[in-house]
Amino acid sequence: MLKDSNSESFLGPYRVLDLTTEYGFIGGKLMGDLGADVIKIEPPGGDQARNLGPFFQGQKDPEKSLYWTSFNLNKRGVTLNLETHEGQKLFKRLVESADFILESQELGYLDSLGIGYESLSKINPRIIMSSITPFGQSGPYKDFKSSDLISMAMGGYLFTTGDPDRPPVRISFPVSYCHAGSEAAAAAMMAHWYRERTGEGQHIDISMQECITWTLMNTTAHWNIGQNNISRGGSIRTNPTTGVATKGMWPTKDGYVTFNIAGGPARADGMRYLVNWMDEYGMASDFIKELKWEDLFIPDMTQEIYDGIARDIGPFLLTQTTNDLYKRAVIGKILLAPITTPPISLESPQLIDRESFVEIDYPEFGRKITYPGPFVKMSSWAPVISRKAPLIGEHNKEIYCTELGISAKEFIELEKNGVI
Amino acid sequence: MAKKIFEGIKILDFTWVGVGPVTTKYFADHGATVVHVESTTRPDVLRLAGPFRDNEPGNDKCGFFANFNSSKYGITLNLATEEGKNIAKDLIIWADVVANSYTPRVMEKWGLDYESIYKIKPDIINFATCQQGQTGPYRDYAGFGTQGAALAGVYHITGWPDRPPAGPYGAYTDFINPRMGALAIAAALDYKRRTGKGTNIDLSQTEGGMQFLAPTILQYSANKESANRSGNQSDYQSPHGVFPCKGEERWIAIAVSNDKDWQNLVNVIGNPDWAHAEKFSTLSLRIANNGELECHMWSTTIEWDAYELMNQLQAHEVPAGVVQKTSDLFSDPQLKHRKHFWFLDHPEIGNHSYDGPSFRFSKTPGELSMPAPVMGQHNEYVYKDLLGMTEEQFVENLINDIFE
Repeated sequence: MLKDSNSESFLGPYRVLDLTTEYGFIGGKLMGDLGADVIKIEPPGGDQARNLGPFFQGQKDPEKSLYWTSFNLNKRGVTLNLETHEGQKLFKRLVESADFILESQELGYLDSLGIGYESLSKINPRIIMSSITPFGQSGPYKDFKSSDLISMAMGGYLFTTGDPDRPPVRISFPVSYCHAGSEAAAAAMMAHWYRERTGEGQHIDISMQECITWTLMNTTAHWNIGQNNISRGGSIRTNPTTGVATKGMWPTKDGYVTFNIAGGPARADGMRYLVNWMDEYGMASDFIKELKWEDLFIPDMTQEIYDGIARDIGPFLLTQTTNDLYKRAVIGKILLAPITTPPISLESPQLIDRESFVEIDYPEFGRKITYPGPFVKMSSWAPVISRKAPLIGEHNKEIYCTELGISAKEFIELEKNGVI
Repeated sequence: MAKKIFEGIKILDFTWVGVGPVTTKYFADHGATVVHVESTTRPDVLRLAGPFRDNEPGNDKCGFFANFNSSKYGITLNLATEEGKNIAKDLIIWADVVANSYTPRVMEKWGLDYESIYKIKPDIINFATCQQGQTGPYRDYAGFGTQGAALAGVYHITGWPDRPPAGPYGAYTDFINPRMGALAIAAALDYKRRTGKGTNIDLSQTEGGMQFLAPTILQYSANKESANRSGNQSDYQSPHGVFPCKGEERWIAIAVSNDKDWQNLVNVIGNPDWAHAEKFSTLSLRIANNGELECHMWSTTIEWDAYELMNQLQAHEVPAGVVQKTSDLFSDPQLKHRKHFWFLDHPEIGNHSYDGPSFRFSKTPGELSMPAPVMGQHNEYVYKDLLGMTEEQFVENLINDIFE
């Protein structure tokens, strides 16, 4: 259910103008979760990305893109043609009372319209503008064309993922856009702290490539210190320090779990629990029952012992459902997790207990749709989903007429001239 | 005056492994005083994970730990002792923000959970992040970002449709949640500035990860369809894939979404006859005949140097990028231009690399001001200079193993 946001909210006093494309939608959504007044500005006719699927029941309609609505809830929406003089004037009026601008337009596009950071900071010196581009605002690759796949490749992630006998493979969903979008929101809030102390806004240059490089975990250290290039290993990974090949992905009776065999002080209890459970089924060999799990932390594991353990555990996992394994992992503290699909998430006792999903009524769909809720929980004010994603130009009248004070006559004129 | 965003902000950092340390690094690299608390009996597990300088395992030789803990002070404190707990409470009174990434029972056991520390510092900002959140039946399920990525749904949609999930590299949700954690903490600082109120921030790493895949939840809710892994294929683009080039493990990613890009691609690869076939003449035909198109692409790109092909394609505005190895990143001209990697002199590791921020502020540039601390490196500075412990008290605590 939608709840009212209130002035006590975390970011209630602040207005965000959202000029992002799909490269950055999520940033405004996250700020909206914290109560900011986020205005999504789209060209007349709507964002290009409204043409991205999946669509509600397969209906290829810009108002029915589930992709677009996922990342644009908690925003109001207006249309505005920034390529017209009138549109630019109107945008500048919005900037006067705004606190943040999030944008991911092509490099130089806003400058070419006279509404880049330099111009806008003269109108409102306090404005903070977060700009997302594939490679950054300057440098030899600044004009390179990109996409999720290209960012994942150039940032170094693609090389690490996939099966060894096939090409490197992406995550089948444009996560690089979400990395950049959430980074843009975080950086904007950081700059806000400086602004509140000094009164000065600033421009923030976010590189999608660098956001991806930041997802490489330990690979930069492995190269820099060990001259080791981590490459894709599928579900089999060779530890670069010990040389032991281990398996991460295991089939179950009805799906998969991720599970890494290792002992050591933190893991010993969980491994013993698993072996006892296997023993109830007569599936634990004397070898596995006699292991001293405390002494089998990753650096102490040999290939021979590992393979011996795997010979017992693999067949056992096949006898259990993914869900049963997950429940037992929680109880027995086994470091095992289900390969989760949306139906599994929606039935998770944990996520249900935490009310991690919200149902939002979409009159235009004639039904409710389930969304992930706010990204975080807070004690002093509860982040909420207070708005569904806007229809194209849904809040034009509210924002232009009621809030900016444009007369009905002017409004009709702006509509007629294709400005809004 | 050096312009640092969080000058004067004090963060007491009980976090370990990935999400917590990377989150507090945002603040440390931008001027906050971050004190990372460990104990010699329970060091951050990343210290033991390698890679190590000269391949010699040691708490103070690990580059993985170091990378996430630049610009922070490091202390050791034995929280199993009463005096250790008392000192922790003094540090909480000193701090603006307390951060932890344990399952909730750990901080409760030490009496350092939000309910307890609220009593000694009502306006504290408490950042608590664990695998599944601070509440609920699974709140004490301990896991890394690998488990988080499985639970958030990332695993299921990574890999080839005809094979088991490939497993995205690394503890994937560890690199999603810090962005949200930094946003939440910065917002909480502002909320406290405006209202005088602190807050408890509960960031479930599973829920944070799910935010990135929200459309898959909607798709199931609305259409009862479960998104599946699809290799490198796209519903909207063709060719869209990863193709081999000359040399060992050299690949190029190419993403063509319209006829203009296609024409430019065909020109760059020398107008081969196959590219002019009717079946590749429109985007929808290319998507329909993608399998065959990919075969032609493979036999074409294999003749090229990956960087040469990328540069030629980009010169014609075709989205293309080399599948860069980690070693390539260190010589990448763009990352060099942005000075992404910082090289700092660490007392045990020597000069080595750190990842700097993914963003550049026009007025308040980030600075990795110190290498990561070795165990207990700043005990004296933090306990005496920041907390005001006398020499006698410090020595007494030292003798009583309070700083173990």
